[in-house]
Amino acid sequence: MDPTSEQLLWMYEKMVEIREYEETMAKVYLEGKLPPKIQKGLAFDIGAGPVPGEMHLAAGQEPVAVGVCAHLRREDTVVGAHRPHHFAIAKDVDLLAMTSEMFGKENGLGKGKGGHMHLFDPAVKFSCSGIVGAGAPQACGAALAAKKLGKDWVAVSFFGEGAANQGSFHEALNLASLWKLPVIFVCEDNKYGISVEKSASTAIASNADRAAGYGMPGVLVDKNDAVAVFAAAGEAVARARRGEGPTLIEVKTDRYLGHFQGDPETYRPKNEAQHLRENDPINVLGAQLRERGELDDAKDAALRSTVSVRVQAAYEHARNSPYPAPEDALLHVFAD
Amino acid sequence: MSTATKVRTLTMAEAVSEGISQEMERDNRVFVMGEDIGKYGGIFSATTGLLDKFGPDRIMDTPISETGFMGTAIGAAAEGLRPISELMFVDFFGVCFDQIYNHLAKNTYMSGGNVKLPVVITTGIGGGYNDAAQHSQCLYATFAHMPGLKVVVPSNAYDAKGLMIQAIRDDNPVVFMYHKGIMGLSWMSYFEGSTNEVPAEPYTIPFGQAKVVREGKDLTIVTLSQMVQKSLLAADKLAAEGIDVEIVDLRTLVPLDKETVLRSVGKTGRVLIADEDYLSFGVSGEIAAIIAEQLNHLQLKAPVRRLAVPDVPIPFSRPLEQFAIPQVDSIADAVRALMQLNLD
Ligand SMILES: Cc1ncc(C[n+]2csc(CCOP(=O)(O)OP(=O)(O)O)c2C)c(N)n1
Ligand SMILES: [Mg+2]
Repeated sequence: MDPTSEQLLWMYEKMVEIREYEETMAKVYLEGKLPPKIQKGLAFDIGAGPVPGEMHLAAGQEPVAVGVCAHLRREDTVVGAHRPHHFAIAKDVDLLAMTSEMFGKENGLGKGKGGHMHLFDPAVKFSCSGIVGAGAPQACGAALAAKKLGKDWVAVSFFGEGAANQGSFHEALNLASLWKLPVIFVCEDNKYGISVEKSASTAIASNADRAAGYGMPGVLVDKNDAVAVFAAAGEAVARARRGEGPTLIEVKTDRYLGHFQGDPETYRPKNEAQHLRENDPINVLGAQLRERGELDDAKDAALRSTVSVRVQAAYEHARNSPYPAPEDALLHVFAD
Repeated sequence: MSTATKVRTLTMAEAVSEGISQEMERDNRVFVMGEDIGKYGGIFSATTGLLDKFGPDRIMDTPISETGFMGTAIGAAAEGLRPISELMFVDFFGVCFDQIYNHLAKNTYMSGGNVKLPVVITTGIGGGYNDAAQHSQCLYATFAHMPGLKVVVPSNAYDAKGLMIQAIRDDNPVVFMYHKGIMGLSWMSYFEGSTNEVPAEPYTIPFGQAKVVREGKDLTIVTLSQMVQKSLLAADKLAAEGIDVEIVDLRTLVPLDKETVLRSVGKTGRVLIADEDYLSFGVSGEIAAIIAEQLNHLQLKAPVRRLAVPDVPIPFSRPLEQFAIPQVDSIADAVRALMQLNLD
């Protein structure tokens, strides 16, 4: 399935947006977390600064998000994991409210209760979780609902290669195939689950091969490339919409940054990330667009500046928004 | 406890890993399994240096597969090995609780004592650094509620080492819960009272012995884990106001040292239970019930008061989290209020 120029440009712009979002977050996150402003003797303080807590960024993994979400509609469900921003942005989650959430502000998606691993935007059917492997069964549920409601909606579960060793992943694959659910399981193989390499955690080289055990197609996208992901996802989404059941896709992608910000990355060869960046998927797609005559320097600069305005406005919005009142901690345990 | 000569200051993380290391040297049946415990040294540094010392056969990085490796620990323990199995955050118990509470906790009982499962589950607990509802819980009451699991919740490095060695030598399953905010990590602010003098030699601290960590005559705070450190700071403030607080550090929930609690409450006549777990159906209610059951033997001057997370998930945003989790100031406020109350 070949993308149209419009789809290529959409993927390019979204990748640029995700990258700027993540790189901005990497900087903002460090504010207030380094000496001398923190407790004496510490090198870093995870709970300090405007964006406290853990922070898992997806710079480098943009192709997975855009290649899949290019096929999705508003009514399709996306369930992400603990590294959720690229999926959220590609699924058109409200950028202002999402950013406010990560700052813990009152006007955040979860009114400050969730934070970066727990983003919920029902308007575009997006959710995610900090529990590795938790999302796949939930995507099955969304898909089951679509089926019961007689809609051609699909559900996508995104997760890391580390999550593919959880029981929940295997149970979800079996259910989805058994019940022919319109689910697309998308595994991001970024080589690591925190410090543990895939070769040390996973009994076989490609998770795509595991699909056979559950009677569904398994597709390996062996390069970090938006167009390649687009092609694989296009088939899978179309198949799901036709009512033919689930597909498992694994994409070899690259994690440019630490597992979380502040990760010393001692388990990783020095300069590994730098080498990965030499083949940056945004540049690859940019070059393709230029070849097709869809992009030139002027257009690229204009696109990047529009994106930048949008992203920076989200950060400003979040920064300038008020915190919730402390006692609001007591609200929303139950729905009203 | 064996006599100790060499004394130096360790963080609680260092004390935990030293305790494990010394037991691994002593007993080659002991090994460790868990996520990122090898090269990384444990996300909360509970296994730092162990891979270099003992190699990958005894310091085993696992897949993210908690049901798998918790079940493996049970099977290996039944064969006579002594696994330490790390559940990175206690919050992840949800994905492997069947192995823990239906098997680890019950097989000894259901076998009429014929099966021994000397497993230590180590796990990080607690909030205070904005890690939100899935990474900030204490949940020790949940584990203590299940018959068949011993539950250890240290507040400082000295206790942590002695309790860890005791845990490894115990023939029963032990859940060893370390609060992240007292481990003395270089990347998370912590309460420095938890870093203290730790003998270099191996030593044990028996389970079921609470410790009076501060003597006082006006009011007892019964507490555990990081909340001990917060209570000590609150007590210093209150001392300046003329309120003399006694603090009981429970150290282990199962077995629970009721006598020390009752003795202290009998002495002061006022008790605040300070807990970082959820308020309802938990540690604070249990302690209050134990006191209530002895009211024919002890004289209270005021009703029992409890301070805990007010039955909400731990929120992310800083002001919300600070509100939900009891802080030094809220402990001090609760003590002041309780000093004004009288039973008459
Ligand atoms: C059930 C559970 N176990 C462990 C963790 C801790 N943890 C968070 S992310 C992570 C690694 C996940 O690796 P992978 O699925 O490959 O995703 P990636 O981080 O590479 O995007 C681990 C072990 C968790 N959050 N939930
Ligand atoms: Mg990974």
